[in-house]
Formats: sequence, C-alpha cells, structure tokens
Amino acid sequence: MKATRLQLRRKLTGRIMGALAYLAAAAAVLPLLLVFGYLLLKGASSVNLDFFLHMPRPVGVPGGGMANAIIGTLMLVGVASLLGVPIGIGAGMYLAEHGNAPLATSVRFLADVLNGLPSIVIGIFAWQLLVRPVGHFSAAAGGIALGLMMIPTVTRTTEEMVLTVPTALREAALALGYARWRTALRIVLPTALGGVITGVLIAVARVAGETAPLLFTSLGNQFWSVSLTQPISAIPLQVFNYAISAYDELHAQAWAGAVVLIALVLVISLGARAVVGRGFARGND
Amino acid sequence: MSDLAQERALEPARAATGTTAIETERLSVFYGAKEALKQVSIAIPAREVVAFIGPSGCGKSTLLRSLNRMNDRVPDARVQGRVLFDGQDIYGPDVDAVEIRRRIGMVFQRANPFPKSIFDNVAFGPRINGYTGKLADVVERALRQAAAWDELKDRLRQSAVGLSGGQQQRVCIARALAVEPEVLLMDEPASALDPISTQQIEELIYALKQTLTVVIVTHNMQQAARVSDRTAFLYMGELVEYGATQELFTRPTEPRTEAYITGRFG
Ligand SMILES: Nc1ncnc2c1ncn2[C@@H]1O[C@H](COP(=O)(O)OP(=O)(O)OP(=O)(O)O)[C@@H](O)[C@H]1O
Ligand SMILES: [Mg+2]
Repeated sequence: MKATRLQLRRKLTGRIMGALAYLAAAAAVLPLLLVFGYLLLKGASSVNLDFFLHMPRPVGVPGGGMANAIIGTLMLVGVASLLGVPIGIGAGMYLAEHGNAPLATSVRFLADVLNGLPSIVIGIFAWQLLVRPVGHFSAAAGGIALGLMMIPTVTRTTEEMVLTVPTALREAALALGYARWRTALRIVLPTALGGVITGVLIAVARVAGETAPLLFTSLGNQFWSVSLTQPISAIPLQVFNYAISAYDELHAQAWAGAVVLIALVLVISLGARAVVGRGFARGND
Repeated sequence: MSDLAQERALEPARAATGTTAIETERLSVFYGAKEALKQVSIAIPAREVVAFIGPSGCGKSTLLRSLNRMNDRVPDARVQGRVLFDGQDIYGPDVDAVEIRRRIGMVFQRANPFPKSIFDNVAFGPRINGYTGKLADVVERALRQAAAWDELKDRLRQSAVGLSGGQQQRVCIARALAVEPEVLLMDEPASALDPISTQQIEELIYALKQTLTVVIVTHNMQQAARVSDRTAFLYMGELVEYGATQELFTRPTEPRTEAYITGRFG
C-alpha cells in the first residue's frame, strides 16, 4: 500500500518535471519561431529575383534590389573568415595542446575579453587603425573588423572540440614517428573537424548580421562595388538605412533584406555541413 | 596453444646473441613529486621477447613508455638516468624523440585505430617516413605480419573503427609494424581481447622476434610464461627480479617474486 503510494508520487513527479522541461524547451524556441514567422510575413513578399539582381532604385521606381549589399556581405564575410578562421583555429589548437602553459592562460583570457567587447568598440578600433591612416572607408577595414570578432568564437570552440579528441589517438600517431605539430594537423584537427566547422559557422552567422562595426569601416555604398579598397554595402547596413527611412516601400525592402540575410546564413551552414559530412565518410584522407 | 608450445620446445636453447637492443641505467621517473620508477637498470636483448609483470601501479607502463620517450608529453613527468638505444642516451641533448619513436614502436592496451580506413591506418606511418615503394605492398606485408591479412584484405577501404576489438588491435599492430621499427613496445596488448584473439596475438608476438625485439607488459602470468624469453618483475617502482622466464617462474630468487607469482599478492 505504502509502496504503491510512493510509486504513484514518483510517477506524478516524473510527469510534472517532464512537462516543465517541455515547457522550457518551447519557451526557448518560441521567440525564434516568432521572429522567423514575422520576418517571413513582412518580408517574403518582397523577396523576388529583382531583389537579388538589381541595384537599389529611388523611391517610386519599382523593381529595386540589394545586389550590391548581397555581394558586399559575401565579400565582408569572406575577408573576415580569411582572418578569423586560421587565427582562431591556430589559437584554439594551441590552447588545447598546451593548455596549462602560462601563455595559454593569458591567450584564453584575452580571447574571452575580445569576445565580450561591444562590437561598436571593435568598429572604432578598426577605424582608428585602418580607416583614418588611409583616409577613406574600405571593404577591407570592415572585413578585418568582422574577422577580429570571429577570432574568439572560433578559438574557444576549436579548443573545446580539440580537447575531445582522445589522447590515445595522439599517442598512436606520436608512436609512429609523427612530430607533435604533424600529429595535430593530421590526426587531431581532422578528428575534431566537424565541431571546429560548427564553431566557424556560428562565428560567420554572428558577424554576417553585424551592423555596428561596419558603420565607420566599410560605411556602405549605394553603388555596385567589389573593390576591397572602396566602401562597400552590406545587407545589415542597408536594412538599417531603409528601416529608419520614411517610406513604406523601403521598409518592405528592409524586411526582405532581413529574410535574405537569414537565408544566406542558413545556406552557408548547410553547405559547409554537407562538405564536412562527405569528408568524414571518405575517412578524411 | 599446443603448436606454439611445440615450436618453443623445438627451438634450440637461445644462447644470448650478445647484442642489447635497449638498456636503462638507474632510470627513475617522477610524476610530480611521486617517484613511480626507482633506479631501474635493465638490459633488453635484441630479438627476444621480454615481459614486464607486477601488480597494478608498480610502474610497468611507466618503464615501457620511458623506453620510447612516450612520457614526454605528460606534463609533470620527469626522467632521471639513462636509456641507451643504439649506443646513445635517448634522453640526451641532441636526440630527436620523433626519430626514436619511429624506430621504437608502440602498441597500446586499448586498440586505438584512427577514424580512417584500414588501409589508411596501416599506411599512416610509411606515408611520412619517406617510404618510396608501393604503399599497397607495405600495407599487405604489415597486415600479414599481424595475422590480419586474410581476414581483412577484402575490406581495406572500410573504416577501422567498425572492426571487432581483436581485429582493431591487429590493425594497430600492423600499423606499428609498417614503419619497420627495431623494437616493439606492447602495453597489455591483449587485455581487452577474447581468448582466441589473445592467442592470435601471442602467436604473432612469437613470430615477431625473428625480426625485432618485443617488450610486453602483461598482467597475465601465463601469458608472460608463454610468450617471453625473459621476465622482469616490478614492485612499487623497483625492478625486483629479472631473468630467463622459465627460471623466474620456477625458481624465483626473491621472496617478493615468489609471493607474486604464487598469487599471494597483486
Ligand atoms: N600521468 C601520471 N600522472 C601522475 N601519476 C601517474 C601517471 N601515470 C602513472 N602514474 C602513477 O605512477 C605509478 C605507476 O603507474 P604505471 O601506469 O606505470 O603502473 P602500471 O604498472 O602500468 O599499472 P597497471 O598494471 O595498472 O597498468 C602509479 O602509482 C600511478 O598512479
Ligand atoms: Mg599500465
């Protein structure tokens, strides 16, 4: 009798806790769904082929697009990755392999500080260093500012992922006459690659949507430009400019820009994952 | 097992060939302040099988790993004394640990294949060690040596991670053999395996000493008796007794050795 009461109580507690967990999960996902839903509602109707192929047009002229901002964001993210990915992966591998060296502790600390810096501060820094001396805004300066922001994310996820690689695998390679650096490159990194790529994608997704660091680095550009030394447009900049304008037409374009930005991040993620997935199946050699 | 025993019986008493493969001189190893190995001096003759036995924690793995500088990357491990290999102290100032490890291979307690194909696992060492011939030939030779060729030849492109424990361990042995080491260190290579795989590996060890020197750590005294020419008994970091296997198991000179082999402790 007593035992069954206890069992009942346990069962009930289990049910309640389970329900609470579901609720918490739903609460976490709900804002995301709302944002997606609202974006699609407002922006999807303005996303069409013109949006990708055409340049911005004056208010009142139909068929304008954001071709310049799309290419701009792609270029900025490309430059940022060229800077942030190798440095971040290198630093992360260093932290994982030499974790308790005094230098490692400072690197880890600095990475965390950099991660916590407001993005506008990074923008000012890049302006001071890359824009002011040159005398004009440039895509390169914007890309570098974004690249700096990628470094800590890539560093810390790489470190975490590399630490999950079993010591036994490292020792196996060392025992075959592999030097430490070669072991790191040929065994440790490939084994951790899936997680490292995920870290890179998170970093890319994060900086692709940044506006503040671009305000005084790449500035924005109403015209078509693919030059690294000239100001360049970016989707978030364009969205910002349109959103604060007074015209409904431009507001619609801003919503469309937001939809495209999210779609872009999604496509990059899925694409990279597919590539990594295939690499693993082949045994990454 | 019986044909292995027969083979052994037929083999003429092995007069010491005179050459020593590796020799330690008053070798001590510390982990932090703890002295895990105390002034061990031991000579491993070339082309023989030497077994290290002793209770858990007595320093068998520590001694084995100090023979190819595997403890270099253990942060607070410190080595005193000398380990002579090919006439030089491998802990000497100008010695390249990478080259030492290429010549002194290692097989670990738990099979640790890379998440790659069987072929790529075995070819992994030769690929960077300047091997110029056909890789496929090396892979075949190494897998044959490790008694794994017939079983695995049709699935060389499959991932080694999907194999059974015994197959994985033999792939790991083949991987170690593919770089043609002069000495093979084995740390309880059969401890996670079933009797059949264990027997295969024991036979393999027996065959290996035609071409190289084998040092094997084992918890299993029958195994030590079956495969080794000499046995070293370690206890609490000390080398208590070292001699011909048959002698050591039948007429141990040290009371501690006798107590251990008769199962009174450990
Ligand atoms: N990385 C390490 N850091 C600190 N102490 C260690 C380390 N490795 C081993 N030791 C200690 O050194 C002693 C010898 O360990 P070792 O692994 O050589 O023993 P073993 O004879 O191989 O034991 P087992 O039969 O259990 O494998 C033990 O007391 C162990 O706790
Ligand atoms: Mg051990």
